[in-house]
Amino acid sequence: MRDVAVLGVGCTKVGEHWECSLKDLFVEASLKALADSGVEGVDALYVSNMASGLLQRQEHLGAVMADALGISEIPAVRVEAASASGGVAFHEGVKAVASGMNDLVLVGGVEKMTDILPPEVASTVIMSEDQEYTAYTGITYAGLCALLKRLYMGRFDVKPEEIAMISVVGHENAASNPYAQYPFKTSVERVLSSPMEADPIHLLECAGIGDGAAAVVLGPAEEAEIFSRPLVVVSASTVATDTLSLTEREDILTLRAVRSAAQRAYDIAKLTPRDIDVLEVHDEVSILGVLSLEDLGFAEKGEGAGLVAGGGVSLKGVIPTTTFGGLKARGNPLGATGLYQIAELTWQLRGEAGKNQVEGAGVGLAQNMGGIGSTCAVNILRREDL
Amino acid sequence: MSIPRYWREIKYRYRLIGSVCENCGSVLFPRKNICIRCGSRELGEMNLSEKGRVVSYTVVRNPPKEYEKYAPYIVALIELEDGVRILSQVVDCDLAEMQIGMEVEMTFRRIREDGSSGIIEYGYKFRPVIGE
Repeated sequence: MRDVAVLGVGCTKVGEHWECSLKDLFVEASLKALADSGVEGVDALYVSNMASGLLQRQEHLGAVMADALGISEIPAVRVEAASASGGVAFHEGVKAVASGMNDLVLVGGVEKMTDILPPEVASTVIMSEDQEYTAYTGITYAGLCALLKRLYMGRFDVKPEEIAMISVVGHENAASNPYAQYPFKTSVERVLSSPMEADPIHLLECAGIGDGAAAVVLGPAEEAEIFSRPLVVVSASTVATDTLSLTEREDILTLRAVRSAAQRAYDIAKLTPRDIDVLEVHDEVSILGVLSLEDLGFAEKGEGAGLVAGGGVSLKGVIPTTTFGGLKARGNPLGATGLYQIAELTWQLRGEAGKNQVEGAGVGLAQNMGGIGSTCAVNILRREDL
Repeated sequence: MSIPRYWREIKYRYRLIGSVCENCGSVLFPRKNICIRCGSRELGEMNLSEKGRVVSYTVVRNPPKEYEKYAPYIVALIELEDGVRILSQVVDCDLAEMQIGMEVEMTFRRIREDGSSGIIEYGYKFRPVIGE
């Protein structure tokens, strides 16, 4: 298997892009990634997207997006794994290059959530869960997370303030991210005085509804041209699944897919959590970020909230996390989210993160989930010269 | 919602029927073709207990489409007496009365409607057990 390099990245701002179509967003991010890579053409295209069938009544996105880019006669396919689509599509792109089946691959993610009304968005997001027995109860994604948060606070004697801090950290970092949907700071008081979304989850603990696209260009590391900037390579890329329903898990507060994908990624990269300099977690709802920190190995079970509350995940903390705002504040255009994470890690590792730079970042990890951890993609990137 | 899609789940939703593994004895809900504990394909059907306790709960305030008129409503994670966990709305209960450990029992209710002329869907919800 060949080493795979991230040759270029690009994204749109996350927001309410009333004037842009699904294709417009995809093309903007893809052209940025291609320009950033210096690559003229690719020999395979992966499109990550969760719900264009429902949101735009458009399927067949492989061909749709290849056509929009003026490309034809190459394999072009859509990858869907709910909000893990981006991380999983990246994994597929890495496999294509590593195996030698393809040389230059464009992986682009896109989601346009503002073409329908909020109750329909809630119906769309909950499609990551079983329709006959989970969605049928009327529960929402935030509602499922609320069940976890209530259990977590009770079992580990954790206060809402500690969990809410993860949203505050995200917003702090988003404030200096030009691509962020919500580039402003907030406070624990504001998070906990925001309206209830699904008790005990407040509105400001949840990612919003937004449109966006992000793309990366992958190629073989050995043939990557030497640029004036450090080359970013993929150290490990793994995907794992867990039961679709929370009710069937031995321990409801353990995200087994996260543990499994992370452990395999650490083994492949010959790294431990201590070696990770910068981290992107799937903080779609506050408690998911906390549980992820634990199941990725950055805190013991029950101590993730303490890590967050103690400033451990802030830009200058022991493990800088959601360094451009995370899902909460950069935004969560479902199928594109995992590729925003890859773009952000790439900027960190190249030293191009501006005010959000983690000094000396050499290794980064991105964790992207679909459902409540029913799919988890873990991707570890490193600077090749370190 | 197509009528066959609704009709094929009726037995399980109306009567709370799950699967029981003939190899390892696991009781599973919703029903399965393959046991998620041991991989066996030998599964039978079993009536689940209609009583249980609340493990966790939430209040949905911004509901999905077709659930708007019920909001806000309580959804709980419930552990039935036979150990199976199930997700369900809890009705006939004020939020102030809700607590972890509360005893609840199954009841048969309207779930949602497919517009003004589509089918009306029914199924289980749970309610507090009223004193012995």
